[in-house]
Amino acid sequence: MKQETLSSTLRYKLGLTGTKLGCDRAECGSCTVLIDDVPYYACSVLTHTVRGRKVVTIEGLAKADGTLHPVQQGVIDEQGFQCAFCMPGFIMSTVGYLKTNPNPTRQELAQGISGNLCRCQDYDKILTAMMRGAENLRRSNLG
Amino acid sequence: MDNAKLDHEKTVETAKAKDKDNERQYGAGYKLIGKNYQTPDLYAKVTGQAKYAEDFRAEGMLFCKLLLSPMPHARVKRIHSDAALAMPGIKAILTANDLPAPADTLTDNGTVIKASKWGERGLTNEPVYQGEPILAVAAIDELTAAEAIEKIQIDFEPLPFVVDPLDTLRPGGPNPRTDGNVWTRRAGQNPGPPEVTELKWTKADFADEKHGRLPMGKAPDEWSYGDVDSGFKNAALVLDETFVTPDTSHQTLETRSAMAYWQNGKVYIYTGTQSTAQTLPAIARWLNISPDNVVFISEYTGGGFGSKITGGVSMIIPALLAKKTNAPVMMRISREEETFIGRARPSFQGRMKVGFSKEGRITALDMFVICDNGPYDAVGDAPSSGRIVSLLYQPQSMRWRGVTVLTNTPPRSAQSSPGGLQGIVIIEPIIAKAARKLRVDQVAIRRVNCPEGKAPFGPAVQGKRQYATSAFLKEALDRGAEQFKWSERVTRTPKRMGTKVRGVGVSLSCYVGGTIGFDGLLVITPDGRVVFQSGIGNLGTESVIDVHRAGAEVLGVPWERCDVVWGNTTKNLPFTCVSGGSQTTHAMTRAAYATAMDAKKKLQEIAAKKLGGKPEQYEVANERVFRKGGGPGMTLAQAAKYAIRLGGVYDGHEAPADLHKLTKASVAALAGQGLVAAAKDNYPRDGSTFSYVASFAEVEVDVETGKYYIVDFLASADVGTVIHPRALGGQVLGRSVLGIGHAIGQKWVFDPHYGEMVSKRFHHNKPPTILDVPVDMQWTALDIPDPETPVGARGVGEPPVAGGCASILNALSDALGDEIFQRAPVNADTILTSFEAGRPTQRPLTAHI
Repeated sequence: MKQETLSSTLRYKLGLTGTKLGCDRAECGSCTVLIDDVPYYACSVLTHTVRGRKVVTIEGLAKADGTLHPVQQGVIDEQGFQCAFCMPGFIMSTVGYLKTNPNPTRQELAQGISGNLCRCQDYDKILTAMMRGAENLRRSNLG
Repeated sequence: MDNAKLDHEKTVETAKAKDKDNERQYGAGYKLIGKNYQTPDLYAKVTGQAKYAEDFRAEGMLFCKLLLSPMPHARVKRIHSDAALAMPGIKAILTANDLPAPADTLTDNGTVIKASKWGERGLTNEPVYQGEPILAVAAIDELTAAEAIEKIQIDFEPLPFVVDPLDTLRPGGPNPRTDGNVWTRRAGQNPGPPEVTELKWTKADFADEKHGRLPMGKAPDEWSYGDVDSGFKNAALVLDETFVTPDTSHQTLETRSAMAYWQNGKVYIYTGTQSTAQTLPAIARWLNISPDNVVFISEYTGGGFGSKITGGVSMIIPALLAKKTNAPVMMRISREEETFIGRARPSFQGRMKVGFSKEGRITALDMFVICDNGPYDAVGDAPSSGRIVSLLYQPQSMRWRGVTVLTNTPPRSAQSSPGGLQGIVIIEPIIAKAARKLRVDQVAIRRVNCPEGKAPFGPAVQGKRQYATSAFLKEALDRGAEQFKWSERVTRTPKRMGTKVRGVGVSLSCYVGGTIGFDGLLVITPDGRVVFQSGIGNLGTESVIDVHRAGAEVLGVPWERCDVVWGNTTKNLPFTCVSGGSQTTHAMTRAAYATAMDAKKKLQEIAAKKLGGKPEQYEVANERVFRKGGGPGMTLAQAAKYAIRLGGVYDGHEAPADLHKLTKASVAALAGQGLVAAAKDNYPRDGSTFSYVASFAEVEVDVETGKYYIVDFLASADVGTVIHPRALGGQVLGRSVLGIGHAIGQKWVFDPHYGEMVSKRFHHNKPPTILDVPVDMQWTALDIPDPETPVGARGVGEPPVAGGCASILNALSDALGDEIFQRAPVNADTILTSFEAGRPTQRPLTAHI
């Protein structure tokens, strides 16, 4: 396809529909994926530019045996999010952010994931869930 | 600070965050109600496996794109589509000429409601707003469909248009529809559906306009109670204020994409709605086919807020294109298309004259509102604003007048607290101003006007005013004030430090909190599991699951032994309320309770038949039915097997006569699969159900830049029994932030010359981000059961919204004074220019600026 975006390739060629399209134009963050461990909006990345790079989507976080990533587990622990359409993007942004700051305050983490929009406006519970995820991740890295 | 200390502090902070909603123990005496748990839909959501509409695929699926009207009002003269049709990969074009005739509605009691000639149909040859779909193209992929749209030329005849409600009410002003500009109802006992008529005010009516006050000409709708004139005469203070509230798009993060195909004469539609069971008849009506020929799948819905209550334009177009092409069709709605077809809250231009006693009690209220309806079906915001204000502040006398004006702007629909938000946001700043003038505390002035118990509301109907089932708002206000440390905050000095000024605000808020009369359905399977059939939509509030915890509680079954079926109309769902208007938690806990009681009764009867004695000698608990005080019993699994042997009412071969036909069909389909329990909610209710919230906010304004931050926020809710604390907290704070968006930035902007919207995207119309709200918001709930419903639970979606907005506005005026703003949202340049000028600099009456 002409000017094929990464989100389009993921969703329509690879069947990885966990990456959501909320705005088509880098405004909402629902399509956030990790490219070489850095969060990007997949709607605004051309697929040919990621040749040879490591792309991780929400589908790639849990282990093959079904064990959730500590940040995903944080959502389970806190019943985070409402409709959850924004959730894959928020989780990928958080996982990416925690690689640079594994032990953030609520304020720091809010800054770190502020490129993601939640229209249910469940920000307080999202932040609580992501803080729990950060704590889970620190624990798993220790143990 | 060393790292170890930092780590400790952060761990403490995380733990504190986690315990926030556990500070109060909800659900005393219950095992499931009032307790947190993991909802069964969460794992799929967290792993990306949850399927929203656009995640479904079908063999040979085509893609569809829309051609939207570039003009706010026009007539399509000719469509030139030959070049597009000649393109490879183009399969079909659908125009308004392909639409079925609008269907009449047959209500459950057999009344026929004629289809409205002013109603929206999906595609049109007379677009009445910029962005209205004119035609749709189906092609092998989305890009090809989009290229075909570019090749289609349309000859339009421009028609007169209007984007500001006041402009169409002027003498000789343009009409948004060819036959009128306002929705009116005929007078008399049987007024029938509303009609579009023409209303023009006189030049004299507009005399107040030049003073910045809302002109008040003839209003089609009016009611009053008490002696308003005496109320004003006896008042210690009378304020007369004009205020404008914003239009706000719902902007669900999942746009209203849909996929459809036909199989054996039935249409299968995959999309997201707020209400699974009730969307089926809506689709049937739009397509003018029998509901028996509709299959509807909506497992996960990416937000609704009132914009996806049932079916609409977005489902009909792919369904009809799928029929025309004999292939599955996916219509992916872009963000910009969503702005046009996705619904919005109507703005109000409002004026209120309010009389206060010296203690702040409202002696008289004269309320006038103009509701910007958009071009299609009449929204109920204007009438509901009057009823809500009359309940929330209990004015001793009141007159309400309203005009619902059509404009050539995108269609509106209910949005969380429809009319309630607008009415409350207009009166709250007036109450805040009155408190300052009367030197009464802001909490005290609201306390003196608070509804209590069976509080009356609205006008008298046949000599009697309606009333609420209950109201504990005073208790919620008191608890909120205590938890927010209101007294400390208002006395704290100095208010100003350098360029920063702090202000605190409080607001009352309420909305309808539930309906009655729906059905529940469950099956106890031969392996002893309890399967709840849920016709509620899965829109994120978790009520689709939560309400069934009340059923499990009655039956004494551990939650691990329960399943919930949802999201697909082939899965035998009961007749359910629409998941809108905060009805669900109230209506469907009642139905779940009634159904569980039916199951309990059947278990007792089965035990008596099998083991002897009378049914009432048996009790149901711990997955068993057994003789009270010890003795013989059987497991639920054994009872389910015996129910199948007994047949009749026990396994669903017979159903109660008062069930809705949809529930009866589902009971029949489940017959023989176990013990089938089904019941209609026939519990009495004295009064109308409402929920209430008291909201508190503190802001810090930089008067050098006009920029402000919300420092703290707390919402204290009176929503009856708490069913699921975390889900409730998400609703109370989430809906509060929706309201906060109305205060701090969300709005529509139109170019009045061309009728063109210039706020089409998120970065133009600015819904709140995580940085716009405090990082640690607070909520609490009274957990006092409503006395008029079995479990005591009321709905919560709408009530917090207005409080979110008005508490911020009141905190701003506490910081800056009363002469800063006369409309919401309040942004930095308004604050800066008004603060310097010492008077409001915004034009108060122009719409969409």
